[in-house]
Amino acid sequence: MLTAVGSLTVLGITLGTLLGIAAKYLAVQGDALEAELEGLLPGSNCGQCGFAGCKAAAAALAAGNAQVTLCPPGGRAVAATLAAKMGHAFDAGGTAEAEPLVAFVHEGRCIGCSRCIQKCSSDGIVGAPKQIHTVLSDACHGCGKCVSECPTEGIEMMPIPVTLATWHWHKPAPQAIDTRAKAEA
Amino acid sequence: MKLFRIRGGVHVEHRKELSSEQAIVTLPLPAWLYIPLQQHIGAPAEPVVVEGDVVLKGQLLAKAGSAVSAPLHAPTSGRIAQIGDWMAPHPSGLTQRTIILESDGRDQWCEPLLPIDDPFAADAKTIAARAAECGLVGMGGAAFPTAVKLDLGTRIKLDTLVINGAECEPYLTCDDRLMRERTDEVLDGVRIMAHALGVERIVVAIETNKPQALAIMTQAVAAGGWSKITVTGIPARYPMGSERHLVHVLTGRETPARKLTADIGVVVHNVATARAVHHAVRHGRPLVARVMTVSGQAVRRPQNIEVPLGTLVAELIDHCGGLTEPPARLLSGGPMMGQPLPGRKVPVIKGTSGILALSAVELHGGPVQPCIKCGTCVSVCPCGLVPLEMASYIRKDRLDAAAKIGVQDCVGCGSCAYACPAHIPLVHYFNYAKGRLSAQEREQRKRDRIKRLAVARADRMEKIAKAKREAMAARKAAAKKPEAVAGSAQA
Repeated sequence: MLTAVGSLTVLGITLGTLLGIAAKYLAVQGDALEAELEGLLPGSNCGQCGFAGCKAAAAALAAGNAQVTLCPPGGRAVAATLAAKMGHAFDAGGTAEAEPLVAFVHEGRCIGCSRCIQKCSSDGIVGAPKQIHTVLSDACHGCGKCVSECPTEGIEMMPIPVTLATWHWHKPAPQAIDTRAKAEA
Repeated sequence: MKLFRIRGGVHVEHRKELSSEQAIVTLPLPAWLYIPLQQHIGAPAEPVVVEGDVVLKGQLLAKAGSAVSAPLHAPTSGRIAQIGDWMAPHPSGLTQRTIILESDGRDQWCEPLLPIDDPFAADAKTIAARAAECGLVGMGGAAFPTAVKLDLGTRIKLDTLVINGAECEPYLTCDDRLMRERTDEVLDGVRIMAHALGVERIVVAIETNKPQALAIMTQAVAAGGWSKITVTGIPARYPMGSERHLVHVLTGRETPARKLTADIGVVVHNVATARAVHHAVRHGRPLVARVMTVSGQAVRRPQNIEVPLGTLVAELIDHCGGLTEPPARLLSGGPMMGQPLPGRKVPVIKGTSGILALSAVELHGGPVQPCIKCGTCVSVCPCGLVPLEMASYIRKDRLDAAAKIGVQDCVGCGSCAYACPAHIPLVHYFNYAKGRLSAQEREQRKRDRIKRLAVARADRMEKIAKAKREAMAARKAAAKKPEAVAGSAQA
């Protein structure tokens, strides 16, 4: 019996020590899920979700205080990837997806104050003090922060124009089921 | 020659007799030509002329926009009236940048490029460069820049050049007529291309429903004594002219999904492209006209016409005696894979192989009925896909599930939709899915790029703030020191 007690004690102490060391040296800093969710968000800290930037939004998501549909600029695609990461099915439900927009500078109204540049989190605006500014639509994800910043109301959010390169066929209309046969029967 | 069997396919009514016995005629010069900047796969061409310029036939109008692109040349002599937006020959009905040329009626050639004296002594680079300079693109319909496919031999080991004379689409007869009437030009182009690619074996594949073309080509090859060239008849079965299926029939080698036939050592070129290579190399002439079929029962006199690029479809139809009735469908290309045109005021481009005005009686189809899973589409799919399952996923917006079972490997041949007894627009579903999936991919790329930009900006701002803090600290320290010095002086 002594052998059994002894060996179990030794085993317990050794494994306990190992676990203690592992918990100290292999500890995960912060919340892993939070970091992963942050990686999926656009990262421009626009604040449209109501949280202070993408990090805070990721924290809220991880804690279950926010919906996967929280990110307007990310749209359906981001919502779907977030839902997949959170491990539940994505259901757009009542939320209709807004059409993606990009900012557009009305050059006639631009006074070259360069305030919009300072607000843009993705360096999507080109310009210099006292020069007309313009938006690089490829680098604009439509967070809309620049719109409220413009003192002359010269920035507008516009839908992205469809070109020959981006056009594609619409979805076929739901099947027109031929009901005549049924009616006759 | 031993042929291999391919899976699936359908037997379609050929309806080639409408135009197959009409010799190629040249269209009288139109007064206005509309030359879109994007007529090929790749980047659009960049104009080198401005409004008001006077140009001669064959003069450069726009240069290639990138490595995969093609320049454009003036189809006739005249004045550049405008560089503006004009409706594209595309189902969307959207406009695109177009050079509008007003003909001066003289059709005067500019000084042509020097012919390459002995193309069989020239290297692949020279011939490919000439094809690029002359704006050559694949003329079977895809309009991929030919030059990119001509110097492949320097990078990949190739063994066979296949010349696609299958012309499996119903109605179209322009390749048939080219092989019958321009045999020498086509064969010369074929030999030049084979030399550039450095291949030992050339196969000219012609569907057996074109016996005259087959006989004339065989005879011409025998008369020329070119032992490398084999002219072979292949069964008339749609989609025999699809690049990867043609290669499979001729060599028994299957092209892996998302790869090119060049990856298995075979390059495929169309007969019309071969003729264009002949003109570019032997006469230094750029691609400014092409032969196309105008057909369909709504056309009074179906014909094969050599047309200056940029001619409006309306003029082509007028030349064929006009329409006998309002067409139920106006198509660019064949009836199986062709695309509907948004109207008659669109120009023809390098990839237009035909213009079809179909009357209602010629259309295949009927009221759409529910799928009963009969499996006909599965047995006719030449790519081994399961159309019924893909379509049902797409109907339920499960595009990722459709992608997993290969919707992006669909070549859009239309066999399934043709064979479907319930008339379900299967290809329409797949085109929609392919379009949505590539749009999603584009959006993902954009999101990734913006994320990179946002992170880079955050880093930069952090660095600037840090530098400011340090500078401030340094100033404070510097400000403190003189005080200390002053304090010690007072003491």
